[in-house]
Amino acid sequence: MQAIDRKLLRDFKRLWIQAVAIALVLACGVAIMLTSVGMYNALSETRAAYYERNRFADVFAITTRAPRSLLPEIAHIDGVLGIEARISGEAILDIPGRNRTAVGHILSYPETADPVLNVPLLVSGRFPDPLSSGEAVVNAPFANANVLTEGDSFSANLRGRKRELTIVGTVLSPEFIYTIGPGAMMPDNSAFGVIWMPERAAAAAYDMTGAFNNISLSLAAGAQTPPVIDALDTLLEPFGGLGAYDRTTHQSDAFLDAEINQLKGMAAILPPIFFGISAFLVSMVMGRIISLERSEIGLLKAIGYSNTEICLHYLMLAGLIAVVGVGVGWLAGTWLARDTAAQYAEFFNFPYVIFRVSYWVYAASGLAGLLTTSLGAAHAALKAAKLAPAIAMQPPAPPRFKRSIIDEAMARMQLAQSTVMIFRSLLRWPLRSFLTSLGLAFAVASVIAATFINDALDEIVDLAFYQTNRQDAMLLFASDVPETAVEDVRHLPGVLQAESQQFHAAILRHGHLSKRAAVESRRPGNDLSRVLDAEGRLLDVPPGGLVLSERLAGHLEVQAGDSIEVEFLSGRRETFLLPVTALVELHFGLGAYMDFETMNAMFRQAPRVSTVNVTLDESQTEALHAAIKKTPRITGIVEMNENRRSFQDTIEQNIVVMNTIYIGIAVLITVGVTYNAARIQLSERARELASLRILGFGRGEVSYILMGEMMLIALIAQPFGWLIGAWIAQLMTNAFSSDLYAIPLVLKPATFTVASLVVLTAAFVSVMIVRRRLDGLDLVAVMKTRE
Amino acid sequence: MADVIFRTQGITKVYDTGEVQVFALAGVDLELYKGELTVLLGPSGSGKSTLLNILGGLDHATDGRVWFEDTELTDLPDRGLTKYRRDHVGFVFQFYNLVPSLTARENVQLVTDVAPDPMPAEEALALVGLGKRMDHFPSEMSGGEQQRVAIARAIAKRPQILLCDEPTGALDSTTGVQVLEVLRDINERFGTTTVVITHNAEIQRMAHRVIFFQDGKISEVRTNETRLSPSEIVW
Repeated sequence: MQAIDRKLLRDFKRLWIQAVAIALVLACGVAIMLTSVGMYNALSETRAAYYERNRFADVFAITTRAPRSLLPEIAHIDGVLGIEARISGEAILDIPGRNRTAVGHILSYPETADPVLNVPLLVSGRFPDPLSSGEAVVNAPFANANVLTEGDSFSANLRGRKRELTIVGTVLSPEFIYTIGPGAMMPDNSAFGVIWMPERAAAAAYDMTGAFNNISLSLAAGAQTPPVIDALDTLLEPFGGLGAYDRTTHQSDAFLDAEINQLKGMAAILPPIFFGISAFLVSMVMGRIISLERSEIGLLKAIGYSNTEICLHYLMLAGLIAVVGVGVGWLAGTWLARDTAAQYAEFFNFPYVIFRVSYWVYAASGLAGLLTTSLGAAHAALKAAKLAPAIAMQPPAPPRFKRSIIDEAMARMQLAQSTVMIFRSLLRWPLRSFLTSLGLAFAVASVIAATFINDALDEIVDLAFYQTNRQDAMLLFASDVPETAVEDVRHLPGVLQAESQQFHAAILRHGHLSKRAAVESRRPGNDLSRVLDAEGRLLDVPPGGLVLSERLAGHLEVQAGDSIEVEFLSGRRETFLLPVTALVELHFGLGAYMDFETMNAMFRQAPRVSTVNVTLDESQTEALHAAIKKTPRITGIVEMNENRRSFQDTIEQNIVVMNTIYIGIAVLITVGVTYNAARIQLSERARELASLRILGFGRGEVSYILMGEMMLIALIAQPFGWLIGAWIAQLMTNAFSSDLYAIPLVLKPATFTVASLVVLTAAFVSVMIVRRRLDGLDLVAVMKTRE
Repeated sequence: MADVIFRTQGITKVYDTGEVQVFALAGVDLELYKGELTVLLGPSGSGKSTLLNILGGLDHATDGRVWFEDTELTDLPDRGLTKYRRDHVGFVFQFYNLVPSLTARENVQLVTDVAPDPMPAEEALALVGLGKRMDHFPSEMSGGEQQRVAIARAIAKRPQILLCDEPTGALDSTTGVQVLEVLRDINERFGTTTVVITHNAEIQRMAHRVIFFQDGKISEVRTNETRLSPSEIVW
């Protein structure tokens, strides 16, 4: 090894705390990049592979009842490659050992051949015998959650016909990667299951012999989806078609897509911030090293080392920091990616997760780390290369201070000399002070970006479960029933309050924009499921108008007062032009609301209901579930308390992890910035501070100058941090918003306070560590050194 | 001693501080001969160090011309000057300028790693009497020892010229004498042309020639008929 390389290693060893502080910040960027890009790829690849192998369809449609004789016509639609016509329905399930009811989504399994599309993947057992009437396969997560295995039986209430079903196998399906029951807000595998039963048995149960009500199509490569959807809609319209839709509207795929986009957003927003901060730290430290090693640089040049060699020497020092940072980042990222993959595997029902993080992601993150640190060091290294040897050998000229208005102001305020020194130093290097402050501002922002989610989720829970959806449960019917059913529900055991609600699938259009959504209606003054205005007041939708959620309005680019076209997909499939009377804030789904009477009038029907919202006497839950199991028309129950609990559990787990990580990151950035800045200050001003000690200043007074400046910079950083934090939070709410849910931007003073406290404390501790060095200064030795 | 190794023609060096122009050198014509030990003497600011920097290829003259043997240094680009320093020049500075993170041996290796025909670092250190302190760091050595490491580092490349800027400036007289003895020994043993800058008028007595500087110009050149050995010099 060459002597100059040995110098490099020793310099690195000497600077190891500073180097590690920077390397860890860099490691954060690398780890997040590895995790987010890696998981983004893994999830996309897994999805693509799964869809391809199990032939996930491209277009989906539901009808009331269409004859199978229609299928050849559908097959002739230009661009259609494959067809899978099935029978589907909902059923209340009675599972032995489970007091509560569960909801089943029934799908037929073809009789003569294997499924063409949406092919279920057998996890255990076998597929049902086509001729049997009591065999079924269920989705594996449902079986696991209810501890059901092959041979176990349960009963299903299929349109009023109670049927005993025996499980012969468990499967996973590309249609149900994200499995969520009708009306539910969070997945609950024990309460919702997908059941495949032989076509003949399903046809018998749902009165669908020679007919289908669920169709999926695959398209030829390059085929356009919209014309196929239009053609399919035209063919299905006479048979109660509810409007065909593509993958983007498919619930499971849409959720998966939202998750994948979040990862993409994370990969784009966070790593550059960390890389930027580490580049800044490297530039700060390298700048100082080079001014400290001025004479060594001069000497190396005098000996005959070339500018390039010297430039490389210092770049390599930065390179070493990058190597440590990238190494740690790779390790942490690999672990984090593995952990995230495991979480995904748990949350999404994939038969496999393509686990590996591609080599190119490692290479790219490593390269990004190396490049940013080199970029950070470039200025200093070039300065070293450019330093004329004759000048380098001489001590640098003292920094120039000039009197300014601020000095006069300070003189007028009669500040202590030590305070004046703090301000002068701050103003003497304004760029450095600003960048240090900016680094700390990012630390503050990091805490805000993580912790604001707590308040946002509190608001979501409050609005979703305590303000708008205040019912204990929703009872779902197979199809709309006369409103008199509400009275029947009121007589079920334990039901305290019952209110009607109606849903209709519709396509909303405004100009060239359109969106599929469910239009809801309730009676004015309903107390359980409510629409609230921006001030949180109960909003009764005026007759003849439409209230939209802000996100839906955003999609359609409409404001209150505009009129939009509403094409209902049920009933007579009529289209109406309706004025939008108000917009409301909503975090789950895309809400559209109408007056109950208006809707019934439009459908030219006596008042009907799709669901009944109820409040319950908890002591009678078992009796209620027992009664529901026997009520043929009820096909499902959504328990809001369960939903809320499941939502809060899922979120809470993630939040704790996320908050810990981000606060950890903020502390790292703070320590990285403050410790380095203070060390640099100390090395620059050791002589000056030692002189003060010799003049009779106490340790406290001298360290006040050093600590005062750093803490002042930290204080100045706070408002910037709040602004950046609010900005990142805004970016995050945008990145995380999808058709399915939105995170509101809730910024409370407590969030800012916590962020500032975390950063100021970390800054104070870092400065105190440097203060210990200051206290230990050997006054005589410092004064004897040449510079 | 008739072979000329350095020749300068009217060199000037002007430092422009923005408000005033300072003439560090104001037209210096000079010849230095192979193998001689020259002492440059003069008060602070008289231009000695500036001349040394220009001769050593650390700095460019503002005006005038400089030759090293047949090579004109005046307009040599940076790359050329680097090669010139690497191949031909050894420097010794007042404050030793050792790299604190390297041991004595490693400090010398800094040079032997890049020079075309160096002697082993151990041999260079043995020449200055530090054969037994090779693995010590600068902080573990006295000032005299550190300066001897600096000399070992300068001579390890077998330079044709050794340029010493106040080599004894930071040392007491006993240690200073030891350092001077090493310099004279190198000069005699290898015939290395040696230029020593000093404030200390006593040191001139060991030189072949003494060049006096005043206000950026040569005020006098004196040849010593009899030279003293460093041990006979007292200050």
